[in-house]
Amino acid sequence: MKLTTNYLGLELKSPFVIGASPMSDNLDSAKQAEDHGASALVMHSLFEEQLSNDSAAVAMFTESTEESNAEALSYFPDSSDYALGPEEYLNHIARLKSQLSIPVIASLNGSTSGGWIGHAKFMEEAGADAIELNIYEVPTDSEESGSELETRVLEVVAGVREKVKIPVSVKLSPFYSSLPNFTKNIHLAGANGLVLFNRFYQPDLDIEDLNVEPKLFLSTSSELLLRLRWMAVLYGKTPISLALSGGVHTAHDAIKGIMAGADVLQVVSLVLRHGSQALDTLINDFTRWMEEHDYKDVTEMRGCLSHQNSPDPAAIERANYLRILQLWKV
Amino acid sequence: MTSGAYKIMKTQKVGARWSLDGNEAAASVAYRLSETIALYPITPSTSMGELSDEWASKGTKNLWGHVPRIVEMQSEAGAAGAVHGMLQGGSLSTTFTASQGLLLMIPIMYKLAGQLMPFCMHVAARSLATHALSIFGDHSDVMAVRQTGFALLASASVQEAHDMACIAHAATLPSRVPFLHFFDGFRTSHEINDLEMISDDVLRAMVDEGAIRAHARRAMTPDRPTIRGTAQNPDAFFQAREAANPFYAALPEIVQEAMLRFASLTGRTYHLFDYTGDPEAERVVVVMGSGGETLLETSRHLNHIGQRTGVLQVRLYRPFDAGAFLNALPDSVRHITVLDRTKEPGAPGEPLFLDVSSVVRAKGGAKWKELPRVTGGRFGLASKEFTPAMAVAVFAEMQAATPKEEFTVGIEDDVSGLSLRYDKDFQLPGQTFAQAVFFGLGSDGTVGANKNTIKIIAKKLGLHAQAYFVYDSKKAGAVTVSHLRFGKEPIHAPYLVEAADFVGCHQYHLLEQQPVIDAAREGAIFLLNTPHSADTAWDHLSRESQEMILSKKLKFYVIDAYKIARDTGMGARINTIMQVAYFTLSDILPLDQAIAEIKHAIETSYARKGADLVQKNWNAVDKSVEGVHQVVVPTEATATWPRPFPIPLEAPECVRSLSGPLLAGRGDALPVSAFPPDGVWPTGTSKWEKRNLALELPVWDPKICIQCNKCVIVCPHAAIRAKYYPEDSLAGAPETFQSIAFRSTELPGQRYTIQVAPEDCTGCRLCINVCPAKDKSNAKHKALDAAPQAPLRDQERINFAFFEALPVPDRTRLKADSVKDSQFFTPLFEYSGACVGCGETAYVKLLTQLFGDRAIIANATGCSSIYGGNLPTTPYTVNGDGRGPAWANSLFEDNAEFGLGLRVSVSDKESQAREILLASREAVGAEFVDGILKADQSTEAGIAEQRSRVVELRNRLDRLPENLRARFDELAEYLVKKSVWIVGGDGWAYDIGFGGLDHVLSLGENINILVLDTEVYSNTGGQASKSTPTGAVAKFAVSGKSQAKKDLGLYAMSYGGVYVAKIALGAKDSQTVKAFAEAESYPGTSLIIAYSHCIAHGYNLVHGLDQQKLAVDTGYWPLYRHDPRREAQGLTPLVLDSPAPKLPLSRFTENEIRYRFLEATNQERATALAQDAQKQINVRYELYRRMAASGLPEKTS
Repeated sequence: MKLTTNYLGLELKSPFVIGASPMSDNLDSAKQAEDHGASALVMHSLFEEQLSNDSAAVAMFTESTEESNAEALSYFPDSSDYALGPEEYLNHIARLKSQLSIPVIASLNGSTSGGWIGHAKFMEEAGADAIELNIYEVPTDSEESGSELETRVLEVVAGVREKVKIPVSVKLSPFYSSLPNFTKNIHLAGANGLVLFNRFYQPDLDIEDLNVEPKLFLSTSSELLLRLRWMAVLYGKTPISLALSGGVHTAHDAIKGIMAGADVLQVVSLVLRHGSQALDTLINDFTRWMEEHDYKDVTEMRGCLSHQNSPDPAAIERANYLRILQLWKV
Repeated sequence: MTSGAYKIMKTQKVGARWSLDGNEAAASVAYRLSETIALYPITPSTSMGELSDEWASKGTKNLWGHVPRIVEMQSEAGAAGAVHGMLQGGSLSTTFTASQGLLLMIPIMYKLAGQLMPFCMHVAARSLATHALSIFGDHSDVMAVRQTGFALLASASVQEAHDMACIAHAATLPSRVPFLHFFDGFRTSHEINDLEMISDDVLRAMVDEGAIRAHARRAMTPDRPTIRGTAQNPDAFFQAREAANPFYAALPEIVQEAMLRFASLTGRTYHLFDYTGDPEAERVVVVMGSGGETLLETSRHLNHIGQRTGVLQVRLYRPFDAGAFLNALPDSVRHITVLDRTKEPGAPGEPLFLDVSSVVRAKGGAKWKELPRVTGGRFGLASKEFTPAMAVAVFAEMQAATPKEEFTVGIEDDVSGLSLRYDKDFQLPGQTFAQAVFFGLGSDGTVGANKNTIKIIAKKLGLHAQAYFVYDSKKAGAVTVSHLRFGKEPIHAPYLVEAADFVGCHQYHLLEQQPVIDAAREGAIFLLNTPHSADTAWDHLSRESQEMILSKKLKFYVIDAYKIARDTGMGARINTIMQVAYFTLSDILPLDQAIAEIKHAIETSYARKGADLVQKNWNAVDKSVEGVHQVVVPTEATATWPRPFPIPLEAPECVRSLSGPLLAGRGDALPVSAFPPDGVWPTGTSKWEKRNLALELPVWDPKICIQCNKCVIVCPHAAIRAKYYPEDSLAGAPETFQSIAFRSTELPGQRYTIQVAPEDCTGCRLCINVCPAKDKSNAKHKALDAAPQAPLRDQERINFAFFEALPVPDRTRLKADSVKDSQFFTPLFEYSGACVGCGETAYVKLLTQLFGDRAIIANATGCSSIYGGNLPTTPYTVNGDGRGPAWANSLFEDNAEFGLGLRVSVSDKESQAREILLASREAVGAEFVDGILKADQSTEAGIAEQRSRVVELRNRLDRLPENLRARFDELAEYLVKKSVWIVGGDGWAYDIGFGGLDHVLSLGENINILVLDTEVYSNTGGQASKSTPTGAVAKFAVSGKSQAKKDLGLYAMSYGGVYVAKIALGAKDSQTVKAFAEAESYPGTSLIIAYSHCIAHGYNLVHGLDQQKLAVDTGYWPLYRHDPRREAQGLTPLVLDSPAPKLPLSRFTENEIRYRFLEATNQERATALAQDAQKQINVRYELYRRMAASGLPEKTS
């Protein structure tokens, strides 16, 4: 029985990929993930803000205090050798590559065209096997239409595509009006894969201090359903790779993901909560289930319950909504 | 060929030449020729140590392929001690210092010389603190060590600082006499000029390997044991002291031989004494240091017009080779003037003058039938300018009928009449270089851009370039003036540009505040950065400015650099824009070539920091060229308004006449009589300097305000204040003056106001940030919001004047240990020159609010002494009764002892007053005297009552014996409790002053010590101290500090009887106020360690208070109070005021560049150190928790 799968043109030993997370931050945890069966590793994101605002701020807080006072012409050791932008990230790609045998996917996070997308090139040069472009945007401008927003995203994708030869995947939020159409355009812009979906830091409100505080909670299996639907819808409609990200906590979750149409499953919360060893159980259970149900390989399973293959496509569409509402009535 | 510092220096190679400053020139040699280096920062020598540390951290090797071992010490005495050990251990060693640092080394210098240690140190010569501290250059320090037995070798220029460093290191090895190589602080140490670098091969050819081996063989080793540093008796000491004479006798020849060898290797020839001038000169000036360059150029001019003059530059000052000196002088000399850059009050003359006089008198007979006349003059103290005009006066004086035997030059001495008159308008003719002056702010990057400009010009045109920068002593809004020269010939002009071909004013407000246009020559180009267009710019100039532009026939251009910066996303950084404007107008380099170079420099600087940053800068460059516009200058001045005087009319005359010219950049013109002779100045002068630094002001909304006064307590500049007052005081209030009912059940019917001092606010936004009062319907609107300053300035100036005139809340009704009440006390520390958002000054201000009217403050050298006591204006002030802190800075190292002395003196005077009073108890009135002697002065009310009693006591002076009355009249004020404070930073408390601090802690005197802990030497630019925590990057800890921060509080607690508090205003203001009140009331020694955010931490200080909160929440900075009085109540002395760490340390460190630097360069080490630091926090908390829970062991009687 084979667990191998192809994602972004990369041959992976299983569909279980570590999604963008702090798991890549140190070599030990990355190595552990590989040892416990992860088939690829997506690094934590390098943020657009980090690349533009942050470097400007760092330059400002070191430079604006320089050459002002006769006794202190600067306040830090010579900063020309410090690369507070992407350098360390790039070095880390190289370190991971030297330690791991599985593919390492670098991640860029942003939403606007600009100099920052040029860093994709540096990632490629540093040895990344692919780039995951994490499109993170909350529209707040009432003057900007959905199509304008989508156009901007496509420009970013095309911009990155132009910079690199390695595969590029795009990680999206669920909030696009026509995901199948948008997916088609993303493919045309040059992307090799789609990751569904990213999970925003959600703002919470502090009612005592009248403050807004961003929060991030680890996912649960309940978040899987949204992904299953859209995975099922897109399967067969696009030639690019599909990765499911968010809500995979058990072998059953994983099987559902594959059946809906995913090439790979990105796992994050499970390993953050229980450590890389949780992958053992996940993969063992997954394998056992495949054996018990006589699947020869993952490809055989993939997309069997997608929109195009489902015995009841309506269930994936609007009827699903009606049925659930009726259940609530009972 | 190019190992060592040669290869990695950050400065740029210019053809065969390099462009760098004097410090780097000297350090690059010292580093390559040393195996071990001991360091301690002191201006202006600091960068020599910093560069060495940086080179070592990058693995740069010395001449022998080895990375020198660098040690930062706790003081210069420590550095010298370490060097002594290094040398006795057989190392080749060096150190760098200046001024007081050199004085601290003196005892060890005697040892090094007495033990014939081959060694060379480098000194950026600087004034010694006398009536005042000065960071600037003269020879007071090196002259104070001329008796130590060190050889003293002087350099006069950047090239010489490089060359003499090599000669000194070479000569010390065979001679075994230790060397002090020196050059003028700032004038040479900080001047950038081009020079020919000495290659490693030349260095190798200069040093005597045999002598190095011999030195190594003399090392202390148990394999060849010896004993050194013996104690000798009268039978032996004297002879042994004389035994070293041959080494000194041989030294001049060894040095001269090294100079000749150097000449054969490099083509640059030096002698022990270098004479330049007419071979038949009758008048010769003898001088050391950079003044020689000015004299040489001037002498050349005088000889060109037919005079016979010459200059003798002293290179090897000690040992003074009389024969070589006399040989160097022409036989024709009739008059020798010796210029000393030092002052020795009471001596028959300055040191060099005395040496020359005695040599001429004792040995000149063999050379001259009639001995030349020898006169002496002082010049250039504390970097006072020494210009060709002054040099002309020196030569001219020798032609006078009765030349002054002793004179000064460069000042107007109307007290002793010693100064020479000189023609201030004189300029040396025939100088071939182009000159430019730029006025800017430190924060706008003008200096950095100019450094880049000289590199471009030198590189592209192959021109010689010189740059010198004049900096402000104010830290916020600091003004910089850049003086640049370019020419085809090497530039020997160690004085400021006075007649520039190009003057750039990068900040509009400086035009009328500084002598900007004064710096231009006739027909020069004048470029002004102004928000006004070319059509209207003229109308916004003062009458004086217009007249000067007309009379000098200036070509006047404008640019709105801030608009271009905003439009291109550059924020407030206008440096590149103004640099492009300079090249656009100056015609010195084809514009497209200049732009290509600037863009290249931008790419080099920022490529590793992000492509966006590069692009933004490039966009700004492109926009700048088209932003320059010429102003059509009318034929006559049209302005009706005069240039504003920097001090308002209502200021006292003494402030107007003294501080005014100093502020206007015209202090050089003040005569000697204008100054107090003993360094004693009135306080309360900062209020007359309206700096208008804030772009935005806090605007108060009384409807939302909850009257907590938090905004007032956090303000670093005392520029936002609170008062309550009777309602009828509002009569005649300005229309926009705001007030609201005061929330107080005890004081009904009062009004309350928060008022900003609009021209003193620096716009740091800490008050806005701390304000907890939000509009319930619109959470982003707070009781304090920011609004642009300009439209508010006039109205708020009037409002602030009205506010100041309102009645001051009665101190006796206020609770000193409450945050809210404490902020109704008038601050007696206001509008200092500290950084925008400074984390120290709020504590100093609080001290003065609570105790300032009876405080005496001893202040260690450092940031707090600079913003506390640097002229022209100072921030300590007086209250309505004329009382306020008496403040003094002694030195850096002795502050604790200095404060102790003040305490002892005050206590003694109090004792004397009590004794006299007790002896006259009946005569004065027994009950009245008892009331005074037993007065409870623990409260404000008690103090006020005692003050009244002392007033009454003075009325009864006639009841005392007549012979005691006058004395007692002076002593009576000491019956009112005084509050003695010792204030300083962590460099003082943890390092250089720790010995004294420890001693004071051990004595139990009633002294209060405030340590403003920024965890780094802030004033000298961020060097690591023993307070620097694990993992933080600082200078001298480039790869992150490995060791833990010293726990000063725990150390002090170990004495048992010391009150100790660790505070952080931004985390818990109530604990801060309580700690101050408790510390002052404690009848023994108190130590407060105050967390002070700092620009050296590397983040926007608008978040300083949030960082303080994170520091406490992560356990990085635990809050506590250790009050020995609690023991008497059966309680543990230690109270923890912050809970167990509730956040990981990273939440604090991730916001600061000092920590992120390491993450960016060496993540693995950063992670390891971060884990270490987290562990330290956990262990320390557990220790404190146990101490607070169980208490210290009971004392046994």
